[in-house]
Amino acid sequence: MTEATLSVRNLRVEIPTRRGVLTAIDDLSFDIAPGEVLGMVGESGAGKSITGSAVIGLLEPPGRVAGGEIRLAGERIDNLPPERMRHIRGKRIGMIFQDPLTSLNPLYRIGDQLVETILTHQRMTSGEARDKARRLLEEVGIPAAETRLSSYPHQFSGGMRQRVVIALALAADPELVIADEPTTALDVSVQAQIIALLKRLCAERGASVMLITHDMGVIAETADRVCVLYAGRLAELGPVREVVKHPQHPYTIGLMAAIPSLSGDPDAALAQIPGSMPRLGAIPPGCAFNPRCTFAFDRCTAERPDAYPAGASRAACFLHAPDRPYAAPPDVLAAARTAGIRLPAPMDEAGR
Amino acid sequence: MGHVTGEQAKAATEAVLPPSRTASFLDSDLWYSFTRSPLAVVSAMVVAVLVLAALFAPLIAPHNPFDPAQISILDSFLPPAWMEGGDPRFLLGTDDQGRDVLSTILFGMRISLAVGFASVVFAMVLGITLGLMAGYLRGWVDTAIMRIADVQLTFPAILIALLVNGVARAWAGPQSYDKAVFFVLVLSIGLSFWVQYGRTVRGSVLVEANKEYVLAARLIGLSSRTIMVKHVLPNVLGPVLVIATINLALAIITEATLSFLGVGVPPTQPSLGTLIRIGNDFLFSGEWWITIFPGITLAVLALSVNLLGDWLRDALNPKLR
Amino acid sequence: MIAFAIKRFVQALGVMLVVALISFLMFRFVGDPVNQLVGVDTSPEDRAALREALGLNDPVLLQFGRFILKAAQFDFGISYQFKQPVASLIASRLPATLELSLVSAFFALAVGIPMGVYTGLYRNTWLARAFLAVSLSGVSLPTFLIGILLIFLVSVNLGWLPSFGRGAVVDLGGVWTTGLLTKSGLLSLILPAITLGLFQMTLIMRLVRGEMLEVLRTDYIKFARARGLSRRAINFGHALKNTLVPVITITGLQLGSIIAFAIITETVFQWPGMGLLFLQAVQNVDIPIMAAYLLLIAFLFVLINFIVDLLYVAVDPRIRLDVRSAG
Repeated sequence: MTEATLSVRNLRVEIPTRRGVLTAIDDLSFDIAPGEVLGMVGESGAGKSITGSAVIGLLEPPGRVAGGEIRLAGERIDNLPPERMRHIRGKRIGMIFQDPLTSLNPLYRIGDQLVETILTHQRMTSGEARDKARRLLEEVGIPAAETRLSSYPHQFSGGMRQRVVIALALAADPELVIADEPTTALDVSVQAQIIALLKRLCAERGASVMLITHDMGVIAETADRVCVLYAGRLAELGPVREVVKHPQHPYTIGLMAAIPSLSGDPDAALAQIPGSMPRLGAIPPGCAFNPRCTFAFDRCTAERPDAYPAGASRAACFLHAPDRPYAAPPDVLAAARTAGIRLPAPMDEAGR
Repeated sequence: MGHVTGEQAKAATEAVLPPSRTASFLDSDLWYSFTRSPLAVVSAMVVAVLVLAALFAPLIAPHNPFDPAQISILDSFLPPAWMEGGDPRFLLGTDDQGRDVLSTILFGMRISLAVGFASVVFAMVLGITLGLMAGYLRGWVDTAIMRIADVQLTFPAILIALLVNGVARAWAGPQSYDKAVFFVLVLSIGLSFWVQYGRTVRGSVLVEANKEYVLAARLIGLSSRTIMVKHVLPNVLGPVLVIATINLALAIITEATLSFLGVGVPPTQPSLGTLIRIGNDFLFSGEWWITIFPGITLAVLALSVNLLGDWLRDALNPKLR
Repeated sequence: MIAFAIKRFVQALGVMLVVALISFLMFRFVGDPVNQLVGVDTSPEDRAALREALGLNDPVLLQFGRFILKAAQFDFGISYQFKQPVASLIASRLPATLELSLVSAFFALAVGIPMGVYTGLYRNTWLARAFLAVSLSGVSLPTFLIGILLIFLVSVNLGWLPSFGRGAVVDLGGVWTTGLLTKSGLLSLILPAITLGLFQMTLIMRLVRGEMLEVLRTDYIKFARARGLSRRAINFGHALKNTLVPVITITGLQLGSIIAFAIITETVFQWPGMGLLFLQAVQNVDIPIMAAYLLLIAFLFVLINFIVDLLYVAVDPRIRLDVRSAG
């Protein structure tokens, strides 16, 4: 079996504040295989961006990695000295941010910024670097690339700028690309193009992608697998088709139900999950989702669930816990079954 | 369920009511960052001590340096008490007329602080008024006020203060000038500082004027003036207070500068700046204490007010949290 | 670009006009010009004749026009104190002030910018904290106090540097006198330049530091880090350039305020410049000098502002292109 490009185990990110230590990411584990696109989904504040920042080593102080391991192609990178980590950034891990206008230095020409990035990671003459820069611009679909090398960032439109940003991130051919909300700041008409471009270029290079977004539609179109985060914890992780069509975690079920559909009844009320995601300083004991969960029972407030296998996915919900004794009331089990949750076999029998 | 004890009732009530204003303040971010910043605490204490000393100067000064009956020319040029030739009666020495330097400093601080505060208040009132008018009434009023502000901004405050001072002198003639010197000073310094307040207030007003509560007030039929003063003004005071604190040090320094240059407070009722000027003449002949001690006092005062203002500005700036 | 320059030029003219108006009003209506020029025993008829001869009975607008015309030819009338043409008085003192101001500005920039960069990059070293402490005193101490303290320490106690006057000066073609070419001239320049420049230096240092901190927080710096650029490239290539652009323009504007603050420094050090002249004019109610100084300072300020505006456009590509597309 080929080694995972990115392997995250029990990641814990803490932010010390004057009111105590906040746990932004709590015991998160996932892998990204070579060439795979993993979507990171969740509400604002769920911890998606922080995960990306932690992987590339750019957590804003005082936030820090407080536990767990991050491995890139087998080597640990979370405990590297800053200078070693700098070599990895750009060359082996690339990152794209949300707002392309503020991502580019307004006082430098595009060509200069590209050449600088290329020369930081690869040895070549500046003429060769300029050629490579031009080719990168052509690859991302910027017309008249040669003249555009002398342009300044504000002379491009939003979509074009994001293409330039992608070119910059891919300039040194990284193995992993982290895209943090790459289309949120763009017009809807342009979003699809940019996502398609990103996916194609990474596939051509064999690079893996961690696609961070709150837009489930983008995930459904682009990702191979998806990881759903809630309050800094893993809720569900699995193949996209499975998670979207047969969600196994009550939160994911709520998420999918809340997405309005063009084919649905236009007069029907929009489904909502009651309540809101807890702030980092006020996460309830046990399962973080339990106050809002329609299937909650007493075990949910007492212990925190692991990410149990649930078909092709994993879900952090006691409904999938394979152990006995287990005390979910029969009505809860019945409701869960109706909602499409595939209960683990022994429970199904006992609950009947 | 039996009767409830007084303690239980109190605890139950407190659990339900919102915290008192004192409790809120003590729990607030502002107080927290204040107590955590030793610099802010120290400078606040220093400012408090100096202000109190100035306020109670007539009571705590060992001598009254402005009572001709109390000073004697024979006591002049005495060095500080710990030096050779010093007199324990005059802790920091005496000046050329035999006045106790410590006492002159205490009284001088009064004047420095008084003029400083008054100038800031004047600038604030003027700036707020003009800013409110410009921002709310718009049109030619706005343009006129802003043009004047722009022209004035091209010049540093000291220049404007000097100019106003000079013109006032010429107008009033020497005799009336002496009587009105405090008003003239407050006017000069205040006039040179109003622009910052005016601009900030105008900016806030422009933002607030578009908000719904103003529109609602208009619909009810309240007059422009009522709306401006009762509704818009309270929302605009926050940034103004920060500017005022930072400006206070500058006002004190400007007054001291004007007095040092000889166009400020006269030697009969000297401020710290005047004292420094008087003492400067004797710096070379060795009687350094006449100018250095007022100088140190002025420096400490300005520094503490500045530190406090700096801390306040950082503490209230959401971007730096 | 040309349209932009013209627009700025027109604005500058506007400011000059307003200042000229104020100057004229001061000149004409504050105090009585006739009374200042004649002795106490001049007869009323002679006074009236003088008034007529000076054109003081003509319509105000006409007098204003005449005032502007004369100002354009550098004719500012006669000083009440010295009974000499104001223009020549100012001209003789101008080099002293300008030299002092330029040297101070240079000092402020040369020390302030590196200090600001250092405290922006290395925020928590003891050196950075020391710099910040120095900067705070620079802002809190009035200029005159700094001068006095420097004189006390360096001249009185240590005797290293002179404490008043300009030292020996060299006359350049009758137009300019310079102290830069003599040893005593240079020595005399040191303390006043530091005094005058200290306030500006601390301002610049805080400005650079503030800008640096802001810039280091931006997305493009974050993206540069994410691309693995070296610390040197990020701090000195990207951050520094973005920091200095607004800083250089603001410090250009500060040059004007240095010239104005020279008044204080010249007083402390008895430096024979325009500032000292102006102060004496205020003390003695010498209106012609006050009015002329006002106009001259306004002109210098406006000129500096204008140049700085053009500089800004030349340096920041965003504005350059906006300007080009707008006009």
